[in-house]
Amino acid sequence: MSENGTHVLPLKIYLLIFAVLLVMTGVTVQVAYLDLGFMNTVAALGIACFKASLVVLYFMHLRYSSSLPKLFWMAGLLWLAILIAFAMSDYLTRQWIEQPQGWAENRTDPRGNVGARHAVPSAPLRSAAQWRASPVRW
Amino acid sequence: MSARPGTVAHQFDDARQQREAAELGMWTFLLTELMLFGGFFAGYTAYRHAFPEAFIEGSSHLDVFMGGVNTAVLIMSSLTMALAVREAQLGRRKGIIINLILTMIFGGIFLGIKAVEYSHKIHEHLVPGPNFLLDSPISNNVQLFFSFYFAMTGTHAFHMIIGIGLMIWLIFRARSGVFSGEYYAPVEIVGLYWHFVDIVWIFLYPLLYLLGRH
Amino acid sequence: MSALSGEDAPARAPRRNYLNVAYGVRSWLLTLDHKRIGLLYLASITVFFLLGGIFAVMIRAELVTPEGDLLQAETYNKMFTMHGLVMIFFFLIPSIPAVFGNFLLPLMIGARDLAFPRLNLLSWYVYIAGALFTLFAVVQGGVDTGWTFYTPYSSTYSNSAVAATAVGVFITGFSSVLTGLNFIVTIHKMRAPGLTWLRMPLFVWAHYATSLIMVLGTPVLTAAVVLVALEHLLGIGIFDPKLGGDPVLFQHLFWFYSHPAVYIMILPSMGVVSEVISCFSRKRIFGYKVIAFSSLAIAVLGFLVWGHHMFVSSQSVYAGMIFSFLSFFVAIPSAIKVFNWTATLYKGSISYDTPMMYAMGFIGLFTIGGLTGLFLATLAVDVHVHDTYFVVAHFHYIMVGGALMGYMAAVHFWWPKISGRLYPEGWGRFSALVIFVGFNLTFFPQFIVGYLGMPRRYHAYPEEFQVLNVMSTAGATILGVGYLIPLIYLLWSMRYGPRAGSNPWRAKGLEWQTTSPPSTENFLTTPVVTEEAYAYAAADAEEQESLRVG
Repeated sequence: MSENGTHVLPLKIYLLIFAVLLVMTGVTVQVAYLDLGFMNTVAALGIACFKASLVVLYFMHLRYSSSLPKLFWMAGLLWLAILIAFAMSDYLTRQWIEQPQGWAENRTDPRGNVGARHAVPSAPLRSAAQWRASPVRW
Repeated sequence: MSARPGTVAHQFDDARQQREAAELGMWTFLLTELMLFGGFFAGYTAYRHAFPEAFIEGSSHLDVFMGGVNTAVLIMSSLTMALAVREAQLGRRKGIIINLILTMIFGGIFLGIKAVEYSHKIHEHLVPGPNFLLDSPISNNVQLFFSFYFAMTGTHAFHMIIGIGLMIWLIFRARSGVFSGEYYAPVEIVGLYWHFVDIVWIFLYPLLYLLGRH
Repeated sequence: MSALSGEDAPARAPRRNYLNVAYGVRSWLLTLDHKRIGLLYLASITVFFLLGGIFAVMIRAELVTPEGDLLQAETYNKMFTMHGLVMIFFFLIPSIPAVFGNFLLPLMIGARDLAFPRLNLLSWYVYIAGALFTLFAVVQGGVDTGWTFYTPYSSTYSNSAVAATAVGVFITGFSSVLTGLNFIVTIHKMRAPGLTWLRMPLFVWAHYATSLIMVLGTPVLTAAVVLVALEHLLGIGIFDPKLGGDPVLFQHLFWFYSHPAVYIMILPSMGVVSEVISCFSRKRIFGYKVIAFSSLAIAVLGFLVWGHHMFVSSQSVYAGMIFSFLSFFVAIPSAIKVFNWTATLYKGSISYDTPMMYAMGFIGLFTIGGLTGLFLATLAVDVHVHDTYFVVAHFHYIMVGGALMGYMAAVHFWWPKISGRLYPEGWGRFSALVIFVGFNLTFFPQFIVGYLGMPRRYHAYPEEFQVLNVMSTAGATILGVGYLIPLIYLLWSMRYGPRAGSNPWRAKGLEWQTTSPPSTENFLTTPVVTEEAYAYAAADAEEQESLRVG
């Protein structure tokens, strides 16, 4: 404990958190090779969130901080969630209505399913020479 | 007129206010970084939702082992950075410098492996743009995956380079013996920045490298 | 009757103040004094206001006739693009925060400077760097994508200086972030003893809310602009439909920032209006807490509504309904503020000095602008008026009738504090009137012509719209004159205006407790705050008492 009341964490804690982070990295890789359907994504994100929490709480000392940095961090996560959630509210609901030639929607895949989320087949692009021949655009 | 190192700047009442302001300032800055990468993550989410097979195929071209090693290296650098902050709190000049140098070395290893990965991609014609070539019916969408791969890992690498630069600056300051339990805020806030860069990679690795591996 | 008090006007300025403490270009360009940095910004944004005004002149000149005869279509596109870019990024967004926020925030909270003076100076240099890049883009021939930069035109097809402008906007964003960061930390950590959150001036609350938006929103614009620049320069396809990319993704990322950005532009003005209204009604502000919290509410809710710019973009209708619904909510805190200001005026002792004229103009014009925003938030109506002059009129009522009037109020209200001089009040009131008349003549016809169907961003239009367009151009001419007059008399007053005392308006607030102009350290001793904000009635009663007795 140093003079002006700041908290010095014992070395053990840093080493322990480090070890857990390495182990969880290994777990992430192993879990990726198992077929768990959509749980793969959930597990991957969940483990990543857990690792990130360890870094934030212990390496970044948020656990021992006053409430203001904690509030800021929570606010940041909330804003990130707002951005992704509201943007996805568009992408997730676009196919609820028949759309003429919508983006990647309403295309028939080789198995004959209509409206499946299927990739747009490749179209020939410009060659490298053609791109280089176009005027430089600032 | 800026303060001599180790003293309290004129706008602050005492060292504690100065340190708390510096920490809060860095947390606020990290909020902006969170939203910057957040913008990229939002685009990634939208495109992955629309082109799941293309993203899986793109991910299969990335080297899980190299990415995994990089993850471990970055976690190690986070440890040494945290230890550097601890040494600064304890006022141990040598400990600070050794740990900062170790952090830089690990950061350099990360960037080196990244450079190797990038050169592989260039070789394999997987860089989006006029030179992109992939034998696949959905190569167009796979190109979108690689656009995000390069944009996100490139921005991340750029932030790491800046972090290494900050560490060089810190080493010079540490050599003059100015850090102590009273005054260690610069080390702390560079540490906060470095840990954040680590957190971004913690998310980038599974989202880019580990798709559809089963 | 003027609120100016003549008794305490000294014969000459205080010996050492922030203006005369050092002379020379270096002392200004290397200053760390928040007050000088505020003035650096003032000079820069005035230059950009004039530049943006020139582009506006070109637009209105073209629109006098229905044919596209003055400018080619591509050139006209560049005119409205540059007008928007310059006015938004290089004038409106920095205007009140970077000039008055920088100057006044430490004074209002009793501090010696902001938390990070060097970051403050850096933010000005970053602003200048971004501005230079954008000027470079102008010299390269300009950008014609619209200030909104929509893909795939901006990323793939446009031959104009997109990348240079993108870099310019990218750089300028950092200036905003640094300012907001500085304000947030300063307000949290450096308030004087006794200055609790609920005693802070509403100007400070407004800047806190503004800073939250700057910090949380700007980086997403950075991400969007980086992706566009990568696509434009390197041919990396991200928004390219040929690859399956979605141009609307750009719009999501762009408007996630750009909608809250309009609150960056209006919240500081609202803060100014709160200060001015209470001073010139000699009354404490009605509903202080409500106004303070509504500033925060606007900042938060403003992030939830960006899709209302994208109703007709092929965004999902269901998402559109959510955004439309939420857009109605964001109007509520603004309306609450208007009610509170009106209640403050009621039974107040009102004087019509120049700042008050601008503030009252703000209330009326902002109300009209805000209400027409509700028309636009209504999904079905927006399908009809989107991309017409109705939208143009709406946002000019808010930005010019609202934000810019608030800026002019701020300039006049704090001019004595900043310069130590009084401006000529007669000319001040006259130009406020000219601006008000010119503004309404310019933009009210645009509501009509937009509703009748005239599209925006077109250099030619059907003949039946000509009368209204000519009215609009005539109004713009008057408006332009109205803005030039203050430029002249304010510059004049810096040398020939009568010296101002420390508190010519007899206003409450810590900034008025120190000299005009203030010394570099702001206060001789750190003030201790013991009373609520806006304690006008008590102060005036005391003054009456002392006049009677003494």
